[in-house]
Amino acid sequence: MDRAVTIEVSKLGKVYDGLTAITDLSFQVFAGEIFGLLGPNGAGKSTTLRILITVVRPTAGHATVLGHDVTTETDRVRSLIGYVPQERAIDRFLTGREHLLLLGALYHLPKHETIRRIEEVLKLVDLEAQADRLARTYSGGMKRKLDIACGLLPNPRVLFLDEPTLGLDVQSRLRIWDYVRGLRARGITIVMTTNYLDEADQLCDRLAIIDGGRIKTIGSPTELKAALGGDVVSLTVGAAEIPRLTTLASALKGLPAIRAIRPTASGMELRVESSEKALPAVLETVSRLAIRLEFIEYHRPRLEDVFVAHTGHAIREEFPKTEEP
Amino acid sequence: MPEYLQEITALTMRWVRRLSREKFSMLFTLVQPMLFWLIFFGNLFQRAADAQVVQAPSYISFLAAGVVVMTVLNNGLAGGVDLLFDKENGFLERLMATPIRRTSIVLSRFLFVMTITSLQVLVILGVAFLFGVRPATGLAGVAVILFIGLLFGVGLTAISMALAFSVKSHGDFFSVLGFLSLPMIFLSSALVPLAAMPTWMSVLARFNPMTWAIDAVRPLILSGWADALPRVGLVVMIMVAFDALCLYGSARAFRRAMG
Ligand SMILES: Nc1ncnc2c1ncn2[C@@H]1O[C@H](COP(=O)(O)OP(=O)(O)O)[C@@H](O)[C@H]1O
Ligand SMILES: [Mg+2]
Repeated sequence: MDRAVTIEVSKLGKVYDGLTAITDLSFQVFAGEIFGLLGPNGAGKSTTLRILITVVRPTAGHATVLGHDVTTETDRVRSLIGYVPQERAIDRFLTGREHLLLLGALYHLPKHETIRRIEEVLKLVDLEAQADRLARTYSGGMKRKLDIACGLLPNPRVLFLDEPTLGLDVQSRLRIWDYVRGLRARGITIVMTTNYLDEADQLCDRLAIIDGGRIKTIGSPTELKAALGGDVVSLTVGAAEIPRLTTLASALKGLPAIRAIRPTASGMELRVESSEKALPAVLETVSRLAIRLEFIEYHRPRLEDVFVAHTGHAIREEFPKTEEP
Repeated sequence: MPEYLQEITALTMRWVRRLSREKFSMLFTLVQPMLFWLIFFGNLFQRAADAQVVQAPSYISFLAAGVVVMTVLNNGLAGGVDLLFDKENGFLERLMATPIRRTSIVLSRFLFVMTITSLQVLVILGVAFLFGVRPATGLAGVAVILFIGLLFGVGLTAISMALAFSVKSHGDFFSVLGFLSLPMIFLSSALVPLAAMPTWMSVLARFNPMTWAIDAVRPLILSGWADALPRVGLVVMIMVAFDALCLYGSARAFRRAMG
């Protein structure tokens, strides 16, 4: 690909007083795309973003944003980017508009320009009606809109969003996805983190799966799923059969059609060459062992399966269902 | 330079705005607890305090200097609190991601804390005036009192901000604050003169910069320039050293927190 590179990250590492947050991260972000960092809590997503926005210094490697080094040309980088932090970084005692006025001054905009842009970003995130209310009266969704408006005020070429829809209701999430797509349409390059698979799948043009501070794989959601190949078969058994799953797993391991087996809370997941070939063999094994299946299902690989294949675990821990009283 | 000014003004105005939003907090900031010390202690101990010991026409006139410096102490030590909350809720990081000079944030805080402190000192001297305390050195003396307050306040605010940037949780911050402030007050000449203290306390009190500040403010209120000037000269030197020490010690914490 010969697309313009907006962000170049090379062998980046960060150790916080003895605790390794990220190791040997390398990736590129191309101009005008939505790039996602997908990973569970503690994977190192925020750390990576904080290094790129120049507020944390890496302990290894280097990174450039629009050609400017994030450790030596901090002011250049800062003036070209916008940032929407993971926490609702909002001052409860200021109104929405006052947040934006403050930021306008910190980006050294003339007053009239700040005022013009404030109208623009408020309209964009649909917060005009509440702009003069104190932020402490805002709902979670409104705070998020204000956060995004703050990130957009400097008219950035690159916008960094840290878990933009964390904890939001479905409607607000969909609306934020729309804003983000709208920003891409205006030519802004977007780097975001998420631990939602559907968000990564539907919103990101390309993504890096990151786990334990390392990048496991990079590509577009479609590419990643295609690269996995085959199908995923998932078996669910009744509670009484759970102790026999290990027996079943070792019996299935020998079958040629099966590539990988992963236990789940109430059954197992098999990656197979093709479900047409694998299903009869799986069913035959199951009935030979006289295990009673509650449910069997197969599907083309989803992003979830890509995540499991590359990290060896699900993005959110599955807990065995406890008995309802 | 105009950019620097723009940043500092905007950040300082934020503190002012926040204060004006918290109506209660604003009321209690101006009519603060220190005022009660002056009014209640001042009048309560009027008879109990021996005029020979305190060397002043009334206990309240003796106490005024102590209350002024206690106000500076409390404001200074609490000066980092808002930055602590900014750090905890991520607002600080938002500020750090903008192309500002790192010092703007710290300077805006100094400016705000010093302004509020000066206003409070004026309120205290005003109330003392109502109780008959007439500063012997007049308005010029009041200006010198404010100046001494500024010098002491800078160092204290620096310590407080450094602490705010360094602590892991805000519980730690308030513990350290609580631990520092009472001994600072009792081991100083705020409530009784050094001469009337047990020896060990008066020895410790001599190492307390607060004592030196009070001992310069007190003659400005009680006796006059001749008595006050040498002490003012001394305290200015001590405070410059104190500030240098505090700023030097805090600079590391600032740099670590702000990159
Ligand atoms: N300021 C910090 N000091 C010490 N450790 C940190 C700090 N920030 C993050 N970490 C640690 O680094 C790891 C990665 O954290 P983070 O980048 O926040 O992950 P994510 O955003 O993917 O949840 C975690 O183990 C976290 O505890
Ligand atoms: Mg995070």
